[in-house]
Amino acid sequence: MADAPATGGGFPAQDYPTIDPTSFDVVLCGTGLPDPYSEVETSGAVPEPSRRFTADLVGPRLLYCADEAVDLLLRSGGSHHVEFKSVEGGTLLYWDGDLYPVPDSRQAIFKDTTLQLREKNLLFRFFKLVQAHIAASAAGAAAAGEGEASGRLPDEDLDLPFVEFLKRQNLSPKMRAVVLYAIAMADYDQDGVESCERLLTTREGVKTIALYSSSIGRFANAEGAFIYPMYGHGELPQAFCRCAAVKGALYVLRMPATALLVDEEKKRYVGIRLASGQDILCQQLILDPSYEIPSLDMPSDAPVSNLPRKVARGICIISSSVRQDTSNVLVVFPPKSLEEEQITAVRVLQLSSNLAVCPPGMFMAYLSTPCTDAFTGKKCISKAIDALFSTKVSNDLEDHLEKNSEENKESVKPTLLWSCVYVQEIIQGTSGTALSCPIPDENMDYRSILESTKMLFTDICPNEEFLPRNSAPKYASDNDSDSAE
Amino acid sequence: MHGRPRRPDKPEDAAAAEAKAAKLRDLQAQVLHNHHSRTYTKEALGLSFKLLEINPEAYTAWNYRKLAFQHNIGELSEPEAIKSAIDDELRVVEVALRQNPKSYGAWYHRKWLLNQKLAPVDFKREFGLLDKLLKVDARNFHGWNYRRFLARFMGVPEEEELKYTIDKISDNFSNYSAWHNRSILLSNLLIKQSKGFESKQKIFSEEFELVTQALFTDPSDQSGWFYHLWLLAQTSSPENPQLIASWPSNGSNLSLSSLSSICCYSLKEGILPIVLYFNEPVKGLSSSSVSLNSDLVVSKNIQWRPLSVTDSGHSNCWVTYLEVSNLECNSLQQFSVEVSITNSDEIVSRSGSNYNCPVHFSFTFELSNNDSTAKDIDPIHELISWDFSEPLLSHVNPSCICFEQLKITTSLVHKESNWHLERLSDEIDLFRELHDDNSKFAKLTLARLLLACAAIKSRGSSLVERKGYCEESLGLFNDLIDLDPSHKRYYEDERSLVLMDQLTCDMEAFKKYCSVKALPKLAPLNHVQLCRLSLTRIGFAERLLWVQMLDLSHNNLRSIEGLEALQQLVCLNLGNNQISSFTALEPLTKIISLKVLDLSCNEIGTHPIDTTRYICPSPFSHRVEACEAFEECRKKNINVEEFWDAILFFKHVNLVQLCLEGNAVTNKENLRTLVVTLNPSLKWFDGKFVH
Repeated sequence: MADAPATGGGFPAQDYPTIDPTSFDVVLCGTGLPDPYSEVETSGAVPEPSRRFTADLVGPRLLYCADEAVDLLLRSGGSHHVEFKSVEGGTLLYWDGDLYPVPDSRQAIFKDTTLQLREKNLLFRFFKLVQAHIAASAAGAAAAGEGEASGRLPDEDLDLPFVEFLKRQNLSPKMRAVVLYAIAMADYDQDGVESCERLLTTREGVKTIALYSSSIGRFANAEGAFIYPMYGHGELPQAFCRCAAVKGALYVLRMPATALLVDEEKKRYVGIRLASGQDILCQQLILDPSYEIPSLDMPSDAPVSNLPRKVARGICIISSSVRQDTSNVLVVFPPKSLEEEQITAVRVLQLSSNLAVCPPGMFMAYLSTPCTDAFTGKKCISKAIDALFSTKVSNDLEDHLEKNSEENKESVKPTLLWSCVYVQEIIQGTSGTALSCPIPDENMDYRSILESTKMLFTDICPNEEFLPRNSAPKYASDNDSDSAE
Repeated sequence: MHGRPRRPDKPEDAAAAEAKAAKLRDLQAQVLHNHHSRTYTKEALGLSFKLLEINPEAYTAWNYRKLAFQHNIGELSEPEAIKSAIDDELRVVEVALRQNPKSYGAWYHRKWLLNQKLAPVDFKREFGLLDKLLKVDARNFHGWNYRRFLARFMGVPEEEELKYTIDKISDNFSNYSAWHNRSILLSNLLIKQSKGFESKQKIFSEEFELVTQALFTDPSDQSGWFYHLWLLAQTSSPENPQLIASWPSNGSNLSLSSLSSICCYSLKEGILPIVLYFNEPVKGLSSSSVSLNSDLVVSKNIQWRPLSVTDSGHSNCWVTYLEVSNLECNSLQQFSVEVSITNSDEIVSRSGSNYNCPVHFSFTFELSNNDSTAKDIDPIHELISWDFSEPLLSHVNPSCICFEQLKITTSLVHKESNWHLERLSDEIDLFRELHDDNSKFAKLTLARLLLACAAIKSRGSSLVERKGYCEESLGLFNDLIDLDPSHKRYYEDERSLVLMDQLTCDMEAFKKYCSVKALPKLAPLNHVQLCRLSLTRIGFAERLLWVQMLDLSHNNLRSIEGLEALQQLVCLNLGNNQISSFTALEPLTKIISLKVLDLSCNEIGTHPIDTTRYICPSPFSHRVEACEAFEECRKKNINVEEFWDAILFFKHVNLVQLCLEGNAVTNKENLRTLVVTLNPSLKWFDGKFVH
């Protein structure tokens, strides 16, 4: 169906091969342009062997085990080209200058030694309430109108700000932070007056909790709710491209587009001119949103938002794990935990060498927080880096490691070896004469990206099923057991 | 494995099941044929394997395989061949377990194989199998059973198994098997005083801590509460059984008529019952474990009998009947009796602990042979009136209320009871916090904790605190009755016990219910009136051993278990209760002095099914000696099949007055004939004189 040459810059023109055929249904133009990234600041030197490091520019990013993206991977057979590992260390919450495990399940609450009995009781009671609501909603969807679903939360509760609902459940501030920022993954301070429009409703919060809890235990070999693709997120488009290639899509690398071809009469794009000079014609053209193209017809209907959304991100290479005996772990800094002015949550994802993103003995850490201006965002990221890692630069890594083993490991923060902090602008996808897909957003998962991608797909192929089930039966049968390695 | 909904069968499922059944029938027939013809060839064994693979419940096939194995192994001599034969069998079991991990036959076959001890057991493989199985279903009790078997078989230290239970509990604390195994292992380790398990207090404190984490996390999960209940029992009850009451009490003087002493009706019939009441069911009372000295010649063969309606041999209450009728004496004569129990290995509780508080008491009794009037005239000649308007002589103390009957318990200072009390108080504080949860388990546990505290307090003398505990637990049981109506009856029973405890625990409170009933020509009877209290069962009978006339009318009694201890009882009023069958009255058949019984307005005959027999399977219904009575009734044209329970009851009592009106059963013909036939001494029936 969709034939998609992807392009990227780099080769002298004479080396370009000729593409045959020259007419396609859809042409999808990617870019390697660094446009949305700015204010890049690096410090330290990438330790050798530097080729062993793989960095995601859009981190921290994870998949819920019960994510729709995972379902799509399984359904389309894309899962056979990518392997996942679980974030087995779970989530840690930074609270009062310390890291606490996030009690996200009955067993975790039971085993937690930092919680008071009353907190345990109330927290699990809250989970049960939500579970009952989820179960009742699911049952209600299956058999609508079958009496009053008893476990369902009343609508007035669902429309309530989630933080209010949590207060009504008598949850302590720390438990509220656990639920809001470490489970429902709220970005903005839910207690702050200035961020009223960013308030999560109970409905939204419960939805994320439902996804979170159905993720736990979905795969027998995955601990916790999240999984991460081995070799990084770059593997995901690859996996889908391979699936597409099987169906006849063409996949071109390092082939910049030099011009767009326009049908002047019909006022629409009909193809691209490649760096090789060849013209490729197509029915639909999808461009990376960072391409700036002239509008062909009526003024764009998309209102230009006055303040572009931004995300401050950080990538770190560190010498040891933030928590002993864990390799992959998510850390959440709720608002106000780093400083009084902090109005957004900072999420940190630490990955180990078992994901093949760094050499053994070292760890990668990704940080992100949404922001309105680069300065605040980067300040937040730096504070989080300071809180987790020791920044005193040790030139001799081995020397440092030795010192580490001698001292009490609990109290020693991992040493920061290399870091890069930058700001990314969020650009929405557009529809109209030239279609463009969204770029990675400030969220940790793929839910909203997937949503807009699906909309884009319906625009192009209104009557087609999005990523239909792979016909090969052997893939379809035992897909629940083998996806996360 | 658990909590999976059952889906209705689809038509194609039914067809598949049919085909499977046909295949199974065929296989089964072949295997049975081979079994009968003792064919143990490879091919025949293959068939049985096929059968077990589909249906591991085919027990005969397992037995057939056992026989075949024994037969074939006899022909093998090389250890290699034997080992491979065993491996084959083990593999069959594994395949069967894959089909049904809860197959009794398969698990047993494996144990049987290991027990043959033909080859060294590969324990790694066994534990590996178990790990896999318990990972799939951590609550598979077959797996846990097998694990215990293996641990014993290869002598795994109990400490290690204890660690395994905590691992499984950490995985999912909703695991009865793991908690249960933990309680067993801990008990053993504590008894053995293994290293690290010397201090019961330390271990139990840690266990309380652990289980509380589970209880607070999810109060609606039962498994933790069960473990807590076990811990509570370990903490609150004394380790060794104790004698808590006796009749006659220490220093008392008994006679038939004298005003200065205690009236004992059964003396008239030449029988003197001696009752011993323990705090928990014990067994092993005999003439050797209990020594009885008297200045009258007592037969060497003193028989101590358990007074209980169950056949287990254990009982709280034991009795012996001294025969004093054939004593030759011309004038008033006093005899003394001394009873002592020394430390005895023979008297043991259900948990196996010995009686270890030596006790000694004595009493005297008078016999006079010349008072012939008392001997001949039936004491309950005139109709007894239970009239409420009759003034209670509250100022007169009943002649032998003796609360701390033996003063045994007060003299015993429990060295651990302070810790117990502290521990329980901590738990009470904790669960008061959880209280608002409306969790029935929380409430019930809190009530049990309070009662355990009350029980410990009763060993001391802090009555006020004790009453506070009782008061609070009464409130909790009332809440529970509303909160959890499906277990209403249990809560009502528990509430009755607390009520009875409250009413009888101290002299001042109890006095209000006690009086002395004067009867013409007779010594006055000790009278206790516990009416209109919503009691559903009897408790604390040890405090009522001296009662001769008991009014329990206008309650909700469904059972009167416990009354059998009242060996002095002459008159009993059970009017306006909820007794629903004659079987429920079995305790009364053990009271030899009972003469007057009011059963009016109960529910005997109302319910077609006698549930008493399900709740408490009593030997009552299996007695053969009653044949005579059946025969007698048959002669009078009484339908024995219909009235068997009535016949059994009336055969074993000897009443002078009986009131049965207001029961559905009285509408039936012949009941009156039956009663009169079996109780020839009956003078008053339903308030009317019997000629």
